[in-house]
Amino acid sequence: MDKLTRRISRVIIAMMLIWVPLNWLGQDGTIRNESSLFCTRAQAAPAWLPWFNEEAAPLEFNELYSGASALGLEFSPKLESLKGKKVRISGFMAPPLKPTLNFFVLTKVPMAICPFCSTDADWPDDIVLIKLSKAVAALPFDRPITVTGQLELGYQMDEETGFVSLVRIVADNIEEAN
Amino acid sequence: MYNLKMSTLCLSQCFRLLAALLVVMSLMSGTTVSHAAYSAPEVPHINIMPIDRAKFLVGQKFDFAIEVKTDIPATAIEVLVNGKAAETFFGKQAIISLDKMSTYRINQVAFPQTGKVSVAVTVKTENGIEKRAVNYDIPADKVKKPAKNVILFVGDGMSLQARQMARILSKGITEGKYNDLLEMEKMSNLALITTSGNDSLVTDSANSASAYATGHKSAVNAMGVYADNTKDPFDDPKVENIIELVKRTRGMSTGIVSTANITDATPAAMLAHTRKRSEQNFIAQEMLNPQHRPDVILGGGSRHFLPKSVPGSKRSDERNIIEEFKEQGYSIATNKTQLKQAGTPDKLLGLFQLDNMDVYVDREVTKNPAVLGKFTDQPTLMDMTKTAINVLSKNQKGFFLMVEGASIDKQLHTMDWQRATYDTIEMDKAVGIAKEFAKKNGDTLIIVVADHAHGASITGTYHEKDGKTGREAVRIYADAGWPTFADADGDGFPDDPNPDVTLAVQFANHPDYYENEKFQDVPTSPAIMADGKAIANLKRAPQGGDLKVGNIPASDPSEVHSADDVPLTAEGPGADYFKGIMDNTEVFHGIVRALGLDGRKESK
Repeated sequence: MDKLTRRISRVIIAMMLIWVPLNWLGQDGTIRNESSLFCTRAQAAPAWLPWFNEEAAPLEFNELYSGASALGLEFSPKLESLKGKKVRISGFMAPPLKPTLNFFVLTKVPMAICPFCSTDADWPDDIVLIKLSKAVAALPFDRPITVTGQLELGYQMDEETGFVSLVRIVADNIEEAN
Repeated sequence: MYNLKMSTLCLSQCFRLLAALLVVMSLMSGTTVSHAAYSAPEVPHINIMPIDRAKFLVGQKFDFAIEVKTDIPATAIEVLVNGKAAETFFGKQAIISLDKMSTYRINQVAFPQTGKVSVAVTVKTENGIEKRAVNYDIPADKVKKPAKNVILFVGDGMSLQARQMARILSKGITEGKYNDLLEMEKMSNLALITTSGNDSLVTDSANSASAYATGHKSAVNAMGVYADNTKDPFDDPKVENIIELVKRTRGMSTGIVSTANITDATPAAMLAHTRKRSEQNFIAQEMLNPQHRPDVILGGGSRHFLPKSVPGSKRSDERNIIEEFKEQGYSIATNKTQLKQAGTPDKLLGLFQLDNMDVYVDREVTKNPAVLGKFTDQPTLMDMTKTAINVLSKNQKGFFLMVEGASIDKQLHTMDWQRATYDTIEMDKAVGIAKEFAKKNGDTLIIVVADHAHGASITGTYHEKDGKTGREAVRIYADAGWPTFADADGDGFPDDPNPDVTLAVQFANHPDYYENEKFQDVPTSPAIMADGKAIANLKRAPQGGDLKVGNIPASDPSEVHSADDVPLTAEGPGADYFKGIMDNTEVFHGIVRALGLDGRKESK
């Protein structure tokens, strides 16, 4: 191992040590009492990014696209303007394609994937893919949740599953919606 | 005297014994005649595809395949067709692979003569031999006056009860007599169709549509193939389908129309061959294959036709299938206005939604912007059917058109019988348009059939006028009276999907869900998946409803298909074929018989 690698790993370990207590604190700095799934703050987005203290812009599902026809969808000007910025959106967590995946799909309404009337790729167009740093289990599917994180736009295919997404949020915080 | 008496007694005793014996014998023979024995189904070690008792159109192409499972590797597979070596009979060499799972295959063969065919397979291993024989039928049945055109309507999931709900809502009932019947009910012939595939009692739409399109059974999720043992969804032994047959042998025009993704199971099964119906991107590009390229393609699901870089696409490549169709001379329409402007080109591709088209209630009655979004200009199934007939009927050689009312099924899955019923009525109106066309020349066979059923049944009516709610407000027997649907504008659709007295429709199977017996403003799933289990959707009955505990495995969040037989109605030349109880593969044989097709002929 050369010196540089060692130095980098030390920095990473230090960051991780600082990060651990953060996971147990809510936004107001108090210890959270919710179930473990909501204790995981900063799941994917590193806390030292410049937008750490940035106010999250609220986003609604019906604001994602300004145009839609059989020839495709058009991102709304609002969505385009929030690209790379911190956003907050509420919706329902659709069941992950596999329990071990480090992403899930956020939908406007609760989803049921019907094996015969639809296919496994049969998602509505207005969905947001939520990226996580690690797989999560036991999130509620029947109650709305609010996700905060950095907005990503554009075609992306998940290597493992082939799942295609256009709108993604690299999750910083997930909590039950009020 | 004494002797005489004795002999008379003896005679009468003998007579009685004889009579008793005769009675017993006749009873025994009667038993063997009326109750054929059968054994419980088991998977044979030698799997022959096509299956035993398969029926073919003479000259219909298929892949002949055998799969053999043995404990030790097989050393030889010998196949005789009508006593001749299969390779000699078909005039083609077999591809044989010998192991513990051995295969024998001759692709693209056909039976050149009508009649019975027997296939005998002998498999040799070092331990001995195993044999299996199957029989095929290649009927010679000919119709006196053939049909020029065939229009096949598939009401997806349209059970007998689904038809009746549409009759009640569309036509109304007075003093127990219906004010009128549906268009699909006013047809000359009626048959009941069984729905099972060769793999399972309960079918899905790919499997059953495949039976209609090929005359052969298939398996759940498969179309145009017999399902083999391999995982590859594109290598299963194929069977020639109706679109391929009418194009190859007659040069007829063909069309598919659906309110679903046009790559969805039912329309796809008219032309494609795959083990996996979810391969919708493959199915979209297969529609370009000249072997089975339909001249008219109208429906939803453009997302499988757009290159992946276009937002909304579900493709995994950059192929622009819409552009490729344009290059083939197709006119393109993406909304109702463009469909009208298209007129009657020779070839037409119309895709009106990225996903499934919205259902009639949302599209035409409530026009709820929360449901439709930007898709406010979608054609009706009537518009699409009329255009398809206008375009296809230009071909003097005739046409085959399949029209699917797709969301009857999709809405019954989500236990939304009101939305399903409006879509059944929509398809009925499309049947009316086809009947009007058929009336002009009398050379069109129209068939209306479902592909499987749903366990939805009419218990009575439901109202809360006396303050009762939930199960107490389900009105049964004399309390049911009549629902208060009305159609003041006479368009065939009830004005209000949610009248004060509605139908009490109950489902034989369902997941955990909330029931409030009312029309829902937006389509809402009855249950959602949570950690691999279906749980009742709280959004289903926001005003409150009874929790119904599910009676199917919690792995499925929707109401599922039932194995019930389904009604078929038909009218036109060749409709006489459809009567009594028929296997679902007979729908194909009724179509090819009506058209007088001969698979041995090649169109110039």
